[in-house]
Amino acid sequence: MSNTDREDEQMREEKTTFGFWVYLMTDCMLFAGLFATYAVLRNNTYGGPSGFELFNQKFVLTETLILLTSSFICGLVVISARKKDMDRLVRYLAITGLLGVIFLGMEIYEFRSLINEGNSWATSAFLSSFFVLVGTHGLHVFVGIVWMLLLQWQLLFKGFKPIVLTRVKLFGMFWHFLDVVWIFIFTFVYLLGGLKL
Amino acid sequence: MLGLLTNFAHLSGKTDPVILGAQIALIGGIIAVALVITILGRWRWLWYEWLTSLNPKRIGVMYLIVAFLMLLRGAVDAFMLRLQQTIGSGGGEGFLDANHFQQVFTAHGTLMIFFVAMGLMFGIINLILPLQIGSRDVAFPFLNSLSFWLYLVGVGIINTHLIVGGEFAATGWLAYPPLSGIEYSPGPGVDYWIWSVQIAGIGSLLSGVNFFTTILKLRRKGMTLMRMPIFAWSVLGSMTLVLFTFPILTVALALLALDRTFAMHFFTSSFGGNPMMYINLIWAWGHPEVYILILPAFGIFSEIVATFSKKRLFGYTSMVWAIIAITFLSYIVWLHHFFTMGAGANVNAFFGIATMVIAIPTGVKVFNWLFTMYKGRVRMSQSMIWFIGFLFTFTLGGMTGVILSIPPADFQLHNSLFLVAHFHNMVIGGVVFGYMAGLTYWFPKMFGFKLHEGLGKAAAWSWIIGFLVAFIPIYMLGLMGGTRRFEKFDPSLGYHPLFVVAGIGVVIIGIGVVLQVTQLIYSILNNKKLADKTGDPWDGRTLEWSVSSPAPEYNFARLDEVNYRDEYWERKKTPAADLVKYKDIEIPKGSPIGMFIGIFAYLFAMAVIWHIAWIAALSIVIISAFVVARLNDDDIVKTIKASQIEKIESSYGGM
Repeated sequence: MSNTDREDEQMREEKTTFGFWVYLMTDCMLFAGLFATYAVLRNNTYGGPSGFELFNQKFVLTETLILLTSSFICGLVVISARKKDMDRLVRYLAITGLLGVIFLGMEIYEFRSLINEGNSWATSAFLSSFFVLVGTHGLHVFVGIVWMLLLQWQLLFKGFKPIVLTRVKLFGMFWHFLDVVWIFIFTFVYLLGGLKL
Repeated sequence: MLGLLTNFAHLSGKTDPVILGAQIALIGGIIAVALVITILGRWRWLWYEWLTSLNPKRIGVMYLIVAFLMLLRGAVDAFMLRLQQTIGSGGGEGFLDANHFQQVFTAHGTLMIFFVAMGLMFGIINLILPLQIGSRDVAFPFLNSLSFWLYLVGVGIINTHLIVGGEFAATGWLAYPPLSGIEYSPGPGVDYWIWSVQIAGIGSLLSGVNFFTTILKLRRKGMTLMRMPIFAWSVLGSMTLVLFTFPILTVALALLALDRTFAMHFFTSSFGGNPMMYINLIWAWGHPEVYILILPAFGIFSEIVATFSKKRLFGYTSMVWAIIAITFLSYIVWLHHFFTMGAGANVNAFFGIATMVIAIPTGVKVFNWLFTMYKGRVRMSQSMIWFIGFLFTFTLGGMTGVILSIPPADFQLHNSLFLVAHFHNMVIGGVVFGYMAGLTYWFPKMFGFKLHEGLGKAAAWSWIIGFLVAFIPIYMLGLMGGTRRFEKFDPSLGYHPLFVVAGIGVVIIGIGVVLQVTQLIYSILNNKKLADKTGDPWDGRTLEWSVSSPAPEYNFARLDEVNYRDEYWERKKTPAADLVKYKDIEIPKGSPIGMFIGIFAYLFAMAVIWHIAWIAALSIVIISAFVVARLNDDDIVKTIKASQIEKIESSYGGM
């Protein structure tokens, strides 16, 4: 036994992972608040266009498939990390991030075309809540991409340090969480919004 | 100097003596403190020992200091409000016009809840919780420091308008739209309010994650959940509520800010916006918030009653279940804050009944405390005086709460002074008395010496009597039809005499505050005489009393297993005689990054309030850079040598 009372590695990882789950739960509450607001305001178009007129479902389905693929590859990231396979880990991480960038680009494109057609967030309560709900998810994806870049950098310079591996695992949790939130956005915003009521 | 002052008066738009006084007090105070530190040559000490510390005991003390300063500002606001209403109900003009009166009560409410009550709560939790659960630290020490700095940023933002001039929100402490929207409040006042509360709220949320994880993951070996001290249980309930409700506050404030800054239409009265959505969101946070504050106070009283009755706490298990029940129920009652806003009879009935049901677990707790005292060897120390005061006033407030929870009664009483009296009854009689009792009880553990008994008892009695004299008349005025938030009442209404009585009550509370300050100064000056050398001044029962006062930086030299609920009480019965060899202990190093992030969070808020986009964007980039720097830093622990620990441990008579 060593001569120092030190927090052992397993305990550190356990509490970090647990703490991150707790954080994800609070983020869930945040999205719950935004979803509730969207649900209340989605019919308040104030004479402006409704979701039925605005949403292009094929476009959004492509977005969805891209994000789902990135989530699958993110699973491979975590597996490679567990196998300590640096080559694959870095490669998969890069693909995950790249798909994230494409997803985000498509979302920005969608937002831009809406605004250019004169349907900005200032048009109606419906559009305000749409932009903020979907945009908050997009902001999370953006944070995820930055996080992914930092992970690449840390993997390159620090290698398989336990703390870096823990962060890979947390990144995986975060990315899957965003995926789950997107499934809800896809269902409640785009699919339900596409129904002509 | 004189030119500078005129300049500030000019910036504030008018030479209002009240505003000018506040400016001089604030700026003078900051300059005076900086001068004293410079003269004493204590900047280095302040920087290394306090500002950059990740030690929860240091962070806790900083919370307490800031919270007390804000308590003084909030109290000055309260005096101004009382004085104005006393004059204004007798036919006089008073010294505050309607707009200024509204700003003062908005600031008073915001300060007292967010920066006084929350600050005291997190201060006490930081100082005591890790010790009680036998841990050396919190789960995430850096996050803890960041939470503190974000809280301080909130304090900074809410006080900024006093320095730079301009207005504060005149909307009430929860800033209901559409009044708080850009159309009806075009100035920066509401923005100050939003960003002050938003940033402090994010700090509280991070604290919630931190302490929730600490309690569930860092308990000493052998301390099962059902062996955990009740204070720790109450903090667990409170932090659970933080996790579930503060994100909703974040959303509500963010959407209001988007309405104001980017012309969105969430809560506007046109373009399909729905102000009721804000009111639902803000109260879905706001009601649990009062339970976030009161649950730790319940926990504090449970510790105090058991210790000063020299008895095991009566009904531990029912106490735990009462906490769990209150945690759950407090989440499903928010609608009782707006019964009159047209949700319909059935909805109102559900929320009314849910509200009444909370009285049951609360009643369980009250009876448990009484049964703990029954046949105990009760010592009427100053903490117990606070407890007795709490028991009477809180029960009174609980009963008026049940009255208000009956929807038909609420239709008569809503928006009246009866409501004002009710929630002050809960917050002063419950939260303030609870935290005062806790601070008195744990003061020796925090600072190494006790507070003077006589002065403390006199202060407690002044608070209790002053509270009753100040707020019973407000209840009566509410029943007479007095509406809240008015700076003047027509003298023909006959409110003046009761307002005068209430004013006298506030003076008595003021005497209590003066006595407390005297007590603090007296005790600091006589700290040798009042010193606590044993670490266990009250014959305590839980683990925090098993270490020296104040606790060493590493909290516990040894991590012995826990076998009982009142672990330290049992250990005292059979003192262990074995000599142990101490080991080196690793603890986190200090870090200034929390403070740096705080500084740029402040800059960000100011940039948003004043619509300077590039500074806001730059602040975000810099904050991210600091986060990355912290994540990339591997050199984050320092070691305390075993020899040093032996020296510390043998310097007090502990076991």
